[in-house]
Amino acid sequence: MTSLMEKKAAAVNPLPEKALAPPRRRRAQTRRYRTIILAIIAYAVALIFLVPYIEMAIVAVRPANELLSRNLLPSHADFSNFVTIWSSGFGGNLATSLEVAGGATILVLLVALPAAYYTARQRFRGRTAFLLLVLATQMFQPAAMLVGIQREFLNFNLPPTISLILINAGFNMAFAIWILNAFFSSIPVELEEAAMVDGASRIGAVMRITLPLALPGVVTALIFTFITAWNEFLVALTLTLGAPSGQQPLTVTINNYIGQYSIDWGHLFAGALIATVPVIILFAFIEGRVVSGLTAGAIK
Amino acid sequence: MSVDIAPRLPARPFRWRLSRLTPLIWVGPAVVLIGVVVILPVIVMIQSSLQKISPDGFVLGDAGFNNFTKLFAEPAFVGVLLRTAIWTIGVVVVTMVISLALAQLFNARFPGRRFARWALIVPWAASVMMTALIFRWALDSNNGAINVVLNRLGLLDAFNSNESAWLGNPPAAFGWMMLVAIFVSLPFSTYAILSGLQSIPEEIYEAADLDGATKWSRYRAITLPLLRPAIIVAVLINVINVFNSFPIIWEMTRGGPAYATSTTTTFMFTLKQSFIGESAAMSVINFAIVIIIVVIYLRSTRWKDQVD
Repeated sequence: MTSLMEKKAAAVNPLPEKALAPPRRRRAQTRRYRTIILAIIAYAVALIFLVPYIEMAIVAVRPANELLSRNLLPSHADFSNFVTIWSSGFGGNLATSLEVAGGATILVLLVALPAAYYTARQRFRGRTAFLLLVLATQMFQPAAMLVGIQREFLNFNLPPTISLILINAGFNMAFAIWILNAFFSSIPVELEEAAMVDGASRIGAVMRITLPLALPGVVTALIFTFITAWNEFLVALTLTLGAPSGQQPLTVTINNYIGQYSIDWGHLFAGALIATVPVIILFAFIEGRVVSGLTAGAIK
Repeated sequence: MSVDIAPRLPARPFRWRLSRLTPLIWVGPAVVLIGVVVILPVIVMIQSSLQKISPDGFVLGDAGFNNFTKLFAEPAFVGVLLRTAIWTIGVVVVTMVISLALAQLFNARFPGRRFARWALIVPWAASVMMTALIFRWALDSNNGAINVVLNRLGLLDAFNSNESAWLGNPPAAFGWMMLVAIFVSLPFSTYAILSGLQSIPEEIYEAADLDGATKWSRYRAITLPLLRPAIIVAVLINVINVFNSFPIIWEMTRGGPAYATSTTTTFMFTLKQSFIGESAAMSVINFAIVIIIVVIYLRSTRWKDQVD
């Protein structure tokens, strides 16, 4: 509250700092201390959120003979865990995860783009019902209907990768439709019409005018779908449990390092690190927009 | 569900036009995908809950409501339900309280704010199962990092003891798992409240400044009421996520010993391995709970304003 009043006061009376009356200078000083304290607390909080993932990296490079040691830091970094998991076929699982997440992302794009565009531009019978269905499915998660998913897809008898693509796309499409619908609605139709007056076809107008303007929404929807499908564990575990190990995505592979009596921690965290770093980087790109997509309909 | 989108038979059949099918071209694929992946499993699940099914998946016949009666008679059932309530309510309430404070902190101006906010999203971006595994490692009774730190602080006397084997002791294990659930729920909730905070115009505070309101009364009288929509949505999305959460409990204790740290979601998964019908019955109950939450969500949000 002080900052705003002071900004106004400064605008009216822009005195250099030296000429300020002592109480005012003291207030500026407490404000500076406040900022420093705030920053320290915020950095500490930020560190708390990072520590588990730093520990993940530390265990991944811990030499095998120090896995029982009580030193928080290893004596030196040993990258042999990465070499071993790679030679035991981790690349195949990485490829499977890429196929599942990439496939689901493409499918979501193909299905959500037309639906979002059409519902944003046209009023048609069943439009409200459709959007309600989409909003409701956004709240559904595979966990609450897992038995049904398992039995249905068992009957379909598809390769697990295809099943996982379909399921991940189905459960993430709602988010994509909502965020794209909001973007398309905010772009005036007049822009498209102007392009059409200039001789562009409807599709051409959408491709050259609307889609580039909606690009931030498209990128957000795509990255979010990719990350969610990449991280998905429960359905993947259910559908690929008996499959050849190369057909299992990373989350299932990493879960396999947990044995009945012991856990292969070094290899587990080496794999977890490889699986985690890319999605953290991807997420940083869309951080600001995901919230508005997830809470669409309530907060604007 | 697709009934409304398909063209209804018009009163005069001769005026039926092909153009009425165009919505289907645009919206149809989305409806089909939702139908196959989301709606059909619900039907199959309800069907399975009324069937007798062998552990390897063969339908042996009609079961009536036997699966439900068997489920309700499970000695662990009441405990699982209670634990699910504690899990969901506890995690969401604590998450929201901490998020309100964190959002206030990260809304303040300080150098390096972008980096600090970026650190906050890491648990959100990372797979929950991997986060759970780090905590399982850190709670290892021989040399887990949490135990090592507690020991150095003088709060833990002996390694490889009952005291340091947190995950072997159901109440302690459940407490730690709730902590992990809070940890992974904080980023989304904080961001949701942050976006709510940023939508409050500065001018609203000026009137309060003239009245000489204190910071706390200003927060209670202005900020909190205006955050209401953001808080409601964050709470409901969290309730859904936490209620459905599987990886944390599965990776840290497998819901055990026995079912002592199970919630309805992990209980359903364990049952599925040998009693598919009973597991389907548990799923039906889970789904009914989800439906109730979704109805509350739809009624409390202004989704229609955005649609129209």
